[in-house]
Amino acid sequence: MANPYAHDAEGHGAHDPNDSHDTHGHPTAGTYIKVGLVLTLITIVEVWAYYIPSFVASHWFVPSLLIMSAVKFATVVLFYMHLKYDHRLFRALFTGPFIVAAFTMLGLMFLFGKLAVRLGLLT
Amino acid sequence: MATVDTMAADHGAVPMQHHYTTTGLDHRKIAIWAFIGSECMLFTSLISTYLIYKGRSLVGPLPHEIWRNPSTGQVLKPILNIPVTSASTFVLLMSSLAMVLAHDAVVNSENPNRKGYQNSKLWLAATAILGTTFLGFQAFEFTSFVHEGLTIRTNLFGTSFFTLTGFHGGHVTAGVIWLLSLLAIDFKRGLKPSDALNVDLAALYWHFVDVVWIAIFTLVYLIK
Repeated sequence: MANPYAHDAEGHGAHDPNDSHDTHGHPTAGTYIKVGLVLTLITIVEVWAYYIPSFVASHWFVPSLLIMSAVKFATVVLFYMHLKYDHRLFRALFTGPFIVAAFTMLGLMFLFGKLAVRLGLLT
Repeated sequence: MATVDTMAADHGAVPMQHHYTTTGLDHRKIAIWAFIGSECMLFTSLISTYLIYKGRSLVGPLPHEIWRNPSTGQVLKPILNIPVTSASTFVLLMSSLAMVLAHDAVVNSENPNRKGYQNSKLWLAATAILGTTFLGFQAFEFTSFVHEGLTIRTNLFGTSFFTLTGFHGGHVTAGVIWLLSLLAIDFKRGLKPSDALNVDLAALYWHFVDVVWIAIFTLVYLIK
């Protein structure tokens, strides 16, 4: 009988047959290089967009940069940090605080931005 | 307390040096993810502080705008150097690529069919060198800012900018030290597949430092 508590070299608890999320296939070196190329390409587009005055002045500039940044962020987390392939507890340990942090940021931006201006605390 | 070593010996599994946990997961990997989660909140607070103070500096130099000193008439140009920071961003992204290749090399270090490029020493050294290069770019940026009149005490931009990027630089420095210690172990006795978790922990930290910079690069440098 396999030891249910044995770990593989990656630190996964490898042996729960009921855990469909506990996958162990990691990307190959080729996938890592492709991901690196995608990240480089997005960074080039970001910087290129920064130097187009008409685009910088448009309403699309900030949302497009935020989307590109979010795609890069998610790509690194999913592939390089292999959260896509890892145990769901690790996903929860990252996404939980990340969601709390995102809402904290939104709350702070509201409190010190629009709300503070509306109350006359800031101009 | 029973460890996996004794349990594995009983059950014929490959013995690892990991302690038993009720989750079946290695406690060090749970710890690094919990640590990364807490770091998420730290950097979010620093980025939020930067964004809240953005555009509220009373004196220059300013990040994206020209500032004219009303008393002396001196004109200060926008201080952020996007080409230099773009290069440093590329360097940090490539260091993440080198890090995953280092991990891949350690996992396959005893694989007789491993490829020539699967050399952990090469990729760990490359990651450390790229990380150090990023720090060099940051030192250059900080020095040029000080020469142009922006210090941590000059204005709200200087305070929040140096605090945010300085904290990030501190994390990169810690990561480089961690990588160099792994490289020293690799040279001393060679990293084996049983060491993959140790490399994975350093890699997770290093990639986190990278994703934080992805956010900083967009929010601080590119968005005007």
